[in-house]
Amino acid sequence: MSIDITLTVNGVSHPLAVDPHASLLHTVRDQVGLTGSKEGCDDSECGACMMLIDGRPVNACSYLAVQADGAEVTTVEGLADGNDLTPLQRAFLEKGGVQCGFCTPGMLISATALLRDHPRPTEDQIRIALSGNLCRCTGYDGIVAAVAAAAEQG
Amino acid sequence: MSTYVEARDVAAAVAAMADGARPVAGGTDLVVGARHGKAPLPESIVGIHRIPGLDGISVADGVVRIGALTSHAAILSSPELASATAGLLDASAIVGSHATRANGTLGGNVMNASPAMDTGAPLLCHDASVVLTGPGGTRRVGLAELWTGPGKTSASPDELMEAVELPLPPEGAGSAYVRLQYRRQMEIAVVGAAAYVEVSDGAVSAARVAITALTPVICRVPGSEEALVGRRLGSNDSVSGENPAVWTQTTEIGDAIHAAGQAAAAAATPISDVRASAGYRTAMAAVVTRRAVTAALTRATGGSVTVPASDWSER
Repeated sequence: MSIDITLTVNGVSHPLAVDPHASLLHTVRDQVGLTGSKEGCDDSECGACMMLIDGRPVNACSYLAVQADGAEVTTVEGLADGNDLTPLQRAFLEKGGVQCGFCTPGMLISATALLRDHPRPTEDQIRIALSGNLCRCTGYDGIVAAVAAAAEQG
Repeated sequence: MSTYVEARDVAAAVAAMADGARPVAGGTDLVVGARHGKAPLPESIVGIHRIPGLDGISVADGVVRIGALTSHAAILSSPELASATAGLLDASAIVGSHATRANGTLGGNVMNASPAMDTGAPLLCHDASVVLTGPGGTRRVGLAELWTGPGKTSASPDELMEAVELPLPPEGAGSAYVRLQYRRQMEIAVVGAAAYVEVSDGAVSAARVAITALTPVICRVPGSEEALVGRRLGSNDSVSGENPAVWTQTTEIGDAIHAAGQAAAAAATPISDVRASAGYRTAMAAVVTRRAVTAALTRATGGSVTVPASDWSER
């Protein structure tokens, strides 16, 4: 049985028919066609799939698409304005917060939520907030420095 | 064939549950468990995440009410709960990651009845009950009667948990929850303990202690409580909340804290699993209990214990 829902992703409404068990991640990747959000562990450990739902950070691999009916979903594609990157995205480039890039969409979403709630986070707050986002390349220091630098720029 | 409906009110949710649907709110147990291979997703699901009035925190007539849909993040940002139930904040602060805390609800945590759930021991120490509504009406059930085994409750499958209620603590009360953890986030309690104390006229006038991941169901430890009640805090102790080391010295209260820890270890019947052996868990039961009691006493006497108390007690 398919359920008709309307998913608003990065400000664009998508009328969709989804299986009740379909994850938000697979729905956004396969039906909406936005593949920035990644599938890593598929059970909420790694954060590569993270999106914002009405501003809340969510592991989209483990969230039912039907529950997001009518909600505002933000993916990594929705952060920049065209080619105009956010201060956080620019800081990731400048501070070496990106290597292979697989964790980056989730890191950016997670850090965006942090900076909205805590515009001037301490290093400890940054590390706590990003602890649900695993990176196997950078050793995290570049990522933490990027978030701190973005906060400095306000 | 799987089905899904979204309930707009409690009656619709209860009707769906009476027809066999399982409720989902944040999905951080039900959906994650399915992804993890623990149990497949139920064929019939009712979304309860947008039922009006099921979230929110209120204090009225001496009762603190926390709606079932209240997220851990909302608990953490509540000034009312910060002063009344600091031990609950200690727990909500260390559930999963910030994404878990933004979506995971108190109702889900309590009704999943994990022996390792972080919010269980502090709620038990705060003498909390759940408000359950089913086709036959609404009833209140104490947590000790609610949890019947690992993952099992006495709630009927067609009863929806609407809220947690607990008595507003009096002046001079303090609570804390401490877990043993291998990392500070994205962790499940190796073992944990919560304590609630009331201090009046320089002595412990009431004490409740509960243990986490040490028994099949999170439970109170009467022996720990008896060890504490009536014990006097020395005149130096009561003003030394900033210096918890004093509690571990050989004083009347220091000895009582030690005895409370020993009683918790004696009450423990833990399992061995990937996180720890039963022997290690039993040994650590005494340690986390001492830390939780120390943090609760410190708060009760006006001292500062930052949230989460697990980090505070390891510093």
